[in-house]
Amino acid sequence: MAAVQDGQIEPESEKEIKSETLNDATGNHAAAVGGLLPSSPVSTASVGASNSSKAAASEDQQTLLAVLQFLKRNKLVESADILRREAGLLEESDDAQGSEGGRDELGGASADEGGEAASLFSRVTSATGASGIATGPAPSKVAQGSEDQPDVSVVLSAYSQQGDPALYQMYYSGLKKFIESVLDCHRAELSQLFYPLFVHMYLELVYNNHEQEAKEFFEKFHGDQECYYRDDLRVLSGMSKKEHMRGNETLLDFRTSKFVLRISRDSYQLLKRHLQERQNNQIWNIIQEHLYIDIFDGMPRSKSQIDSMSGSLAGEAKREANKAKVFYGLLKEPEIEVPLDDEDEEAENEEGKPKKKKPKKDSMGSKSKKQDPNAPQQNRIPLPELKDSDKLDKIMYMKEATKRIRLGPDNLPSICFYTFLNAYQGLTAVDITDDSSLIAGGFADSTVRVWSVTPRKLRAVKSATDLSLIDKESEDVLERIMDEKTASESKILYGHNGPVYGISFSPDRNYLLSCSEDGTVRLWSLQTFTCLVCYKGHNYPVWDVQFSPHGYYFTSGGHDRVARLWATDHYQPLRMFAGHLADITCTRFHPNSNYLATGSADRTVRLWDILNGNCNRIFTGHKGPIHSLAFSPNGKFLASGATDGRVLLWDIGRGLMIEELNGHTDTIYALKFSRDGEILASGSMDNTVRLWDAVKAFDDIETDDFTAATGHVHLSENSLELQLGTYTSKSTPVIHLHFTRRNLLLAAGGYNP
Amino acid sequence: MADREERRFAEVSRESVRLMAESAGVELTDEVAALLAEDVCYRLREATQSSSQFMRHAKRRKLTVEDFNRALRWSNVEVVCGYGAQDVLPFRPIKEGELFFVEDRDVNLVELALATNIPKGCAETMVRVQVSYLDGKGNLEPQGTVPTAVQSLSDDLYKYYQQITRSILGEDPHLMKVALLDLQSNSKIAALLPYFVYVISGVKSVSHDLEQLNRLLHMVKSLVQNPYLYLGSYVRSLVSSVMYCILEPLAASINPLNDHWTLRDYAALLLSHIFWTHGDLVSGLYHQILLSLQKVLSDPVRPLCSHYGAVVGLHALGWKAVERVLYPHLPAYWANLQAVLDDYSVSNAQVKADGHKVYGAILVAVERLLKMKALSLSGSTEVRVDGMSGAGGTIGGRESSPGLSPPPEPQSEPGLGIASHLQAGGAGLPWEEWTPVPLPAMYCELYSFFGDSLAVRFSAGPSVGGSPPVASLQPPGPRKDTPGSGSAGSGGTASLDTTRKMPQLTASLSISPRQDGSPNGEPAPPSLPAPGRSLPRSSSCSSSVQRSRSSSARPGQRPLGPSRDVFPKARFAPLLTRPPAFSFLIGGRQMGRRCQARRFQTSFTPSAALSALPPRGYAHKLPVIGRVSKPLRRWACSHYSLHLPL
Repeated sequence: MAAVQDGQIEPESEKEIKSETLNDATGNHAAAVGGLLPSSPVSTASVGASNSSKAAASEDQQTLLAVLQFLKRNKLVESADILRREAGLLEESDDAQGSEGGRDELGGASADEGGEAASLFSRVTSATGASGIATGPAPSKVAQGSEDQPDVSVVLSAYSQQGDPALYQMYYSGLKKFIESVLDCHRAELSQLFYPLFVHMYLELVYNNHEQEAKEFFEKFHGDQECYYRDDLRVLSGMSKKEHMRGNETLLDFRTSKFVLRISRDSYQLLKRHLQERQNNQIWNIIQEHLYIDIFDGMPRSKSQIDSMSGSLAGEAKREANKAKVFYGLLKEPEIEVPLDDEDEEAENEEGKPKKKKPKKDSMGSKSKKQDPNAPQQNRIPLPELKDSDKLDKIMYMKEATKRIRLGPDNLPSICFYTFLNAYQGLTAVDITDDSSLIAGGFADSTVRVWSVTPRKLRAVKSATDLSLIDKESEDVLERIMDEKTASESKILYGHNGPVYGISFSPDRNYLLSCSEDGTVRLWSLQTFTCLVCYKGHNYPVWDVQFSPHGYYFTSGGHDRVARLWATDHYQPLRMFAGHLADITCTRFHPNSNYLATGSADRTVRLWDILNGNCNRIFTGHKGPIHSLAFSPNGKFLASGATDGRVLLWDIGRGLMIEELNGHTDTIYALKFSRDGEILASGSMDNTVRLWDAVKAFDDIETDDFTAATGHVHLSENSLELQLGTYTSKSTPVIHLHFTRRNLLLAAGGYNP
Repeated sequence: MADREERRFAEVSRESVRLMAESAGVELTDEVAALLAEDVCYRLREATQSSSQFMRHAKRRKLTVEDFNRALRWSNVEVVCGYGAQDVLPFRPIKEGELFFVEDRDVNLVELALATNIPKGCAETMVRVQVSYLDGKGNLEPQGTVPTAVQSLSDDLYKYYQQITRSILGEDPHLMKVALLDLQSNSKIAALLPYFVYVISGVKSVSHDLEQLNRLLHMVKSLVQNPYLYLGSYVRSLVSSVMYCILEPLAASINPLNDHWTLRDYAALLLSHIFWTHGDLVSGLYHQILLSLQKVLSDPVRPLCSHYGAVVGLHALGWKAVERVLYPHLPAYWANLQAVLDDYSVSNAQVKADGHKVYGAILVAVERLLKMKALSLSGSTEVRVDGMSGAGGTIGGRESSPGLSPPPEPQSEPGLGIASHLQAGGAGLPWEEWTPVPLPAMYCELYSFFGDSLAVRFSAGPSVGGSPPVASLQPPGPRKDTPGSGSAGSGGTASLDTTRKMPQLTASLSISPRQDGSPNGEPAPPSLPAPGRSLPRSSSCSSSVQRSRSSSARPGQRPLGPSRDVFPKARFAPLLTRPPAFSFLIGGRQMGRRCQARRFQTSFTPSAALSALPPRGYAHKLPVIGRVSKPLRRWACSHYSLHLPL
């Protein structure tokens, strides 16, 4: 049956996308993308599947009617007929039901809701075509277009009307009593149920206009919830009327995505038996409808294990979500002859290193000789060819690398602090070029400012008329094209229309990207200091933007919950990555440019495959919005920092949490691994830079198969031992960190008296 | 817990909704208003929640109005205009109605546009680099020595700084006068402000030297009066230095021959001056000052000279402060004071003398309290009408705001009750339970303490009717230690006329509130002519203003003319700086009002180096003045190149 529906829904969904573009001024990108790339049948199929499974799962006539109504509204007459035939329903009853007063009201209300939510959903819908959507809770949401959403909520409401509002408290406390009475080992696991049940019961009460009961329910039980859900609870408690639920995004997430729990089989059986004994259908229904229980065989997890993984908006990641293979290895470096000029030799001789060639061979050889088995194919993602200037830069890089300081617990890096003074406009973003020659700041007054950190001043290219005058054959033509009159220590780039939240230099230092609250990403030339392209596509504030380490591509993420992949020469995104349930707050490229990590306000980190748009990893465990990410230089590990002041380390290959680094007392805005990956530096709003022993953290990973199979980590309690140092600044929050090629740590922030 | 959670939200009552609807010309039923109110609350919460993400992404800890406006804009709601100030705007209650409003004074655009004294010293945004930690170990730069972190000084400025500090703290009184004068009028010293503030914070290290203390206070005065300076949150630092002089048992007070009383008087007046002119730069300042004064007053361990300081400080802050802090505290304090005064032993002689000082100060303070309170009660009805006709003028706008009928209400005094929660420093203060005491009751209670010494000076007794106007004619002299019988006598004679001459007297009222209300009305101690005050040009102009005012008021006031004329000259001499100071205020507010984007036009946001550190840290550092050069030089060099060998 699903197959039959597929054929019909697909054109339909495309039509939907197009009709939305009329409403949505900038939606044309979305439509174009939808047209460009083959829209994935997976997502549309899931609609049919979920609909039919729902029909099958419940004998409830009302539900069937709702589904029928949905099919009718979408003019899927054939499917509707099939369904009707199979369910044995009469057309009249359907119509009669449909025209019923209360029914209409519901439908009307939810249609409004749909209209209001349309903008939200259009963002998500538009992504359908581009991405092979993530597994996990995402598909249900993404797959549903703006139109069918209300119908689904009608379905949900049909269930929720069953329960007597007065009994909700009893149900809940009954379950609570039960969970408190079970054995300790099960109690921790079953306690996970409290929060999602609490939320859904509360929402049902609110949805059905039982305001008083909802309030009582909330007051009675909200104290039981884990403290890291406090922010969500605050949002919930503010919501006491059905009208409030309309257009509230947090709420839509709860109602449309399933909360994922991991529970051992034993505990699950226990729960199931209890609920069946008590005939507690209300709770059972919620579990069936809104929760996804990921059952595993084996020992129940301990409280600390559960706590370390929970905290995200939609529960933990399903185990399957992290099973896909990720090619985390590095790409082969292109072979470049390193010319050993005399100057260099002399320099090295002075330092008393006669074996000057050896380290170079090592650093090159290890990368170029054989392909890392975990690395993606060299041409998996088409990467731009290296220009001559890039090669020169690579050579510079390698030369610098030989002078790199080996860091370690006994050899900590020196730290330089770049302080932005008199930044009354509010410094919101900083970036430093890879060779540490330029520093740029994004400000709340919409400006981007670029400074030269070296004595070399910033110069713009001459104007076209002047350029035509110069001798193009001369040797120093590159010097001649620069306009000496424009030389200055800093340049200001005007163009944005809102605070600049993210900036990123291109690896070749010719471009600068900036993203802003005005919903645009801008590409600036650092040759002319003008804006080259304005990328429109995010209709909401863009929180972060980053160039790929190989240039050409860049990624952005923002309030619309969709991360986008762009190429500098396309004004439309190449990929859209949908699945996060809240704002995407930061994005980072994997060093091999094949993957993309996004951190979100839904407190998860996702890793996306750029080739096919799949979400390959979902990392849960943070208790607050994630504001910084960093890949280790070898590509194997990921560090993430959040508003909860904790840094979590992840093993990308196995999809496991490795370590939790506690110490910061405020949001972590900057994370960076040293060039060789021995040290992780974190910078925070609490005006400190902390250094962590990354080598030790990664060595300590337990390697038993059970952990790898189940993803249940035992975090060691030694995160304080990993901390190598705390360095305070003076009233200056650290918002950017950068290791120079020789492993000097640069920190940057705005002086904030 | 649930209860607290509930109350954490903003609540808009249905009455407010109905009021707002009425002002827009719509009648609402109860039901609709209730629904609307609830929805408004919810939307407010929603907008607040979504505004916090703008704060997070701007990497700030403080939620600004801009953040909130962005949230509104993105949810398609019209933004709130005109509140993009950096600091909290004073939020005031009207006592009569349950109404709260943000004080929003008129800005004279013409004056602003033609103003030539736009604060200078707007510094360019720049990047500085500093090797903070070498090999992750040493801290090359001792943190905390840096008021310099903000700006590097040019050689000229540095020389100026040295000259000024030397001459002010040096021996030559003439040179000091010149220096103070220049400090008061120089328009180019914005960049030096932190250094001067730093020097002033050295009061703690010279508490044995009255002369030096005096000079430093004069320096404060000059800085405060300089119309080109935007003090910003340096006000806090200045206030703490001044408070030190008022409240601390200075080392100089050990010797009874030292006239530290005068110093305290002067400092108190200076405090009120700072507060009147710059109080709105720092939110919650009023509360903080009151709190510390109250603390000292209620601490019996403190010596009497500290108590004296607290009393004169309260007195200088206006009768409201006296009413709120001193008056409720009096019964408790009285017992202590009485014990001191009743001890006739020889060993107690000195303490007793001090006690009499305190007694006198309290007496003066409560007298003015009574007078002003009586005035405010009767004034609120009559003054409104004829008072306004006389007033007009630029500050008319302020006068007309209904909350100000008690004249010396400080402009940024935070409201009571709900409003005080909004003030940073206001939380946790015990003033929520404070309720105004009716005048007769207050009088009776005070009479029980002071007996006839109160009655003599406040001739009319509890019958309020005629006496308040007299009070207004009799501005309590700032010299508490010489509460001469002359003033009492004149008060007595004037009171005889009062009943007959009501109209004239109310006419004069229109002036005195203005004088009290104008920022510079209070602070000039006639006994302590600040060296910088002898500008002949402006003093004449001020007195002419004074005269023209009194002449324009009412002819019937003539007979009182001479005494008034004498008074203004002596007392209101500092009024001369009023016009520039006022326009400066606008400038300050204007700057504050600006949206972030243009904030760089302000002069120079203070470095936390001063304000954040507890002043104690500087206590021993005054001699460092000469040494400041070192870090300065270094910065000057690094100014030109950000280059750092990497």
